Amino acid sequence: MITMENVCKSYRIAKRNAGFTEACKALFHREYEEIHALRNVSFTINDGEMVGYIGPNGAGKSSTIKILSGILIPDSGYVTVDGRILWNSGTKVPLTKQERCSRIEHVSRIGVVFGQRSQLWWDVPVIDSFELLKDIYSISEPVYRENLEELTELLNLGELLRTPTRQLSLGQRMRCEIAASLLHSPKILFLDEPTIGLDAVSKLAVREFVKKRNQEHGTTVILTTHDMQDIEALASRIILIGKGQILMDGGLEDIKRGGESMDETLAELYRAYEI
Amino acid sequence: MKKYISFFRLRLVTGLQYRTAALAGMATQFFWGFMEIMVFHAFYEADPAAYPMTMEATASYVWLQQALLAFFGAWMFEGEIFDIINNGNLAYELCRPIHIYDMWFARSIALRLSRAALRCIPILTVAAFLPKGYGLELPASAQAFFWFIVSLSLGLLVMISLNMLVYVASLFTISGDGLKILFCSVVEVLSGQIIPLPFFPEHVQRILELNPFASTGNVPFRIYSGNLSGQQMYRAILVQFIWLIVLNVVGRMIGARGERRAVVQGG
Repeated sequence: MITMENVCKSYRIAKRNAGFTEACKALFHREYEEIHALRNVSFTINDGEMVGYIGPNGAGKSSTIKILSGILIPDSGYVTVDGRILWNSGTKVPLTKQERCSRIEHVSRIGVVFGQRSQLWWDVPVIDSFELLKDIYSISEPVYRENLEELTELLNLGELLRTPTRQLSLGQRMRCEIAASLLHSPKILFLDEPTIGLDAVSKLAVREFVKKRNQEHGTTVILTTHDMQDIEALASRIILIGKGQILMDGGLEDIKRGGESMDETLAELYRAYEI
Repeated sequence: MKKYISFFRLRLVTGLQYRTAALAGMATQFFWGFMEIMVFHAFYEADPAAYPMTMEATASYVWLQQALLAFFGAWMFEGEIFDIINNGNLAYELCRPIHIYDMWFARSIALRLSRAALRCIPILTVAAFLPKGYGLELPASAQAFFWFIVSLSLGLLVMISLNMLVYVASLFTISGDGLKILFCSVVEVLSGQIIPLPFFPEHVQRILELNPFASTGNVPFRIYSGNLSGQQMYRAILVQFIWLIVLNVVGRMIGARGERRAVVQGG
């Protein structure tokens, strides 16, 4: 189970106008703007759920994923994942070191895919990256073999495994990335825009795979995406975030209106909430 | 521990692939070695009595330094570490159950070892056949060779610990460029890479010998040729050892803070 209670996060961002004069001015006087990425975000996600986490650009989706992965510290709020307390910043009784789950312990039990980044080592064949991940997560030989076989078959990796990462196309790489984050059989999977830039075939393969994983292994999946077809195919529940606030939390039926395509529905929704 | 070893192995194997870079590097280092030795010869012939090391020891120092440049070259950073801090791929690094300090340390050892492995044997072999006073001598004694190896390993680890400080500091500054430039200029002078430390004025030398930069290449190269021996040698090795511990404690502390502070850049 995943819970977030009243989580806030803000960034301080230096801003300036274009041009040389402005750049010189900024040397002496810098204007900062406080950006509230998350304001009092609260939700609970149960085991085995598949949740689509949607919102316009800059809404706070990635910040949420990073906080849940234990790598970004919220300014305040209480976060637990599977009973592990990740953060309770800003509360009156701070946790002792023993009570708070360490990053290392937490991340060894979750899988994360950031669609726009790569976790595979650039210059070596994919299989070398996998073998390394096996040691990093201390995966036992039989479990590794079994997972690798299953992932290879489902994601159609076969020949890709022996190819250096740098020579893979985006879609091929993304399939390997997803496999890489599942080798240690995590119970929770965070997918941050996993279908970005994929062709139709790869998209379908990834969706099919995530679905299967959820059905057969009971993996909890939290998915951020701008592709409404992803949401339609995968998510049983949708959380809508805008300007750092949760605006809606419900099923697909709740937002869907007869006849309209998902994209239109969503655009309508964004307009209604003025985000 | 196993995860760091496998990472080390992968990085080592990757590093050994760059044959052309190694050839180019060797050519540069031969050229540099010859040039330096010519300059030192000119000084030596002007006044041998004013010379703090023997010409043979100086030549050995220069060749060892060129052959093992990959061990002590201050600029030899793992560019990828700066990249991931800058572009936010650090997020992935943090999503794995590893300590980033240890991971980067293992990675740096692998980088330097793989580069040195490709370059040192040919350089040392050729240098060994050069005429006396121009080439590499045999070690002063079997004992000196033993301590040379000990001190060389310590020196490599101290050098990497110094690199680590730059990496963990860039967790705060985001761009590592300024730190790198500052670091390289300081290290190259103070570690005796431009001119060996015995050539500095005596009172400057006494201070320099205690700084962590002198605990890198300076000590092993001088032990090899017998320029540093006995009590003085033991003391220098002890200083290396102390610096190794101090630098790592400090580096880890800064790293732990930086890791928590590093706002992961980009989407």
